[in-house]
Amino acid sequence: MPETEAISITETNDTTEDTPSFIDEYAPIAKEGVWTNNAVFAQMLGLCPLLAVSNSVVNALGLGIATTLVLILSNMSVSLIRNIVRPEIRLPVFVVIIASAVTAIELIIHAWFHELYLVLGIFIPLIVTNCAIIARAEAFASKNTLGKSFFDGLMMGFGFTLVLLALGIIREVIGMGTLLSNAHIMFGDGMQWLTIEVFPNYDGFLLALLPPGAFIGLAFLLAGRNYFDRCLKDMAKKKSQDLTTEKSTA
Amino acid sequence: MKAAIFRNMMMSAALLAGFGGLGTALVMATFEATKDQIEASEKANLLKNLNNIIPSDSYTNNLLDNKLIVPPTTQLGNKNSTTIYQAWQGKKPIAVAFSVIAHDGYSGDIKLLVAIKASGHISGVRIISHKETPGLGDKIDISKDNWVLSFNDKSLENPIRKKWKVKKDGGIFDQFTGATITPRAVVGAVYKALDYYKYNESKLFLDQAKYDQLYGPSVHQ
Repeated sequence: MPETEAISITETNDTTEDTPSFIDEYAPIAKEGVWTNNAVFAQMLGLCPLLAVSNSVVNALGLGIATTLVLILSNMSVSLIRNIVRPEIRLPVFVVIIASAVTAIELIIHAWFHELYLVLGIFIPLIVTNCAIIARAEAFASKNTLGKSFFDGLMMGFGFTLVLLALGIIREVIGMGTLLSNAHIMFGDGMQWLTIEVFPNYDGFLLALLPPGAFIGLAFLLAGRNYFDRCLKDMAKKKSQDLTTEKSTA
Repeated sequence: MKAAIFRNMMMSAALLAGFGGLGTALVMATFEATKDQIEASEKANLLKNLNNIIPSDSYTNNLLDNKLIVPPTTQLGNKNSTTIYQAWQGKKPIAVAFSVIAHDGYSGDIKLLVAIKASGHISGVRIISHKETPGLGDKIDISKDNWVLSFNDKSLENPIRKKWKVKKDGGIFDQFTGATITPRAVVGAVYKALDYYKYNESKLFLDQAKYDQLYGPSVHQ
């Protein structure tokens, strides 16, 4: 990575040395949350709700958004109190915060997205047990500023939602031959047109909708992610080799 | 030394209690703010479900206000008292709707909402909750299949009682490929609901006060 180093040196010369630019500070958080340290792909956390709810796109989106909201709320609260809480009681305090946030969000979903609440059912309260949330509180929010913790929660939640969505799309298309069925329970009654019939008169493929389909789908996603990462690595290697050979010939 | 440890412990306990209180306050505030909306959503949802099986233009009263609570019976398969929703057009009874639970589904209880016209014909049936196998038994759900509409306008005379079964058992109702137990349970539950209506017809359109006076106060739960 010799090129990027050179660039960052010239940039820090423009600004003051001890305060790195906004993008330098926040871009890694985004990259971590969505890709390199993705809650599912890298940390393998929160698989229980992921596997259970990802049988359709709307369910996946609903749980993804709820989890993201909880992550943001809990990260921000933990960051706010990070200097008050003593180390020996920090975990119980985090748990109390997460549980309150989840209960509040459950009530809000119950009130304004009633049908979604009926579909997601037990998986909203179960967000409390999603290890990804307490992991972020402990590993990130308890050591970082409010802004960064907010952004980390947003990005971690976004990464989690993306995986949920990918799995939801795969399972719904293969299992039912549709996309965004029941769109109205999330977006309101006038939104049935969002439903796309990918394969008309499709008989359905039960395996994809049942729990084994979730495991198989997730396995393919993980394999695909690892393959993609390796391709990237190989390309980078090749590039650096090319550079060195060019330099030596020049 | 001991005093220091004690003070430390008390500080931690106080902090923990403080956060517990804060969390509770947050939940309480949200609960208060959403309480009315939750109630309204549940009512709207119930009314929507009821209107699917009793057309809203066939009655003039407020369905959710004219209700009768009756004690549990084995016929309806429930352990708690059942709420009967009555549809009226002025003083003319139109239909009643109530929930029935079938215990003999393939996996777990199947909860149905059944509406019966005053004439004894089925006005409509919907499945409220079930845990049947996706792709096989879940065709009882209106969002998956129109099967449940085959009950419309049926009564204990049409078909005759003997024919209130799935085709495999000699009745007139379709079963699904690969799933007989689920439709059999639903047909049985609807049949029991009709039977219940037939034997309690005179009671079901009473108002609560009159019902309690005649048959003793029902168990409110």
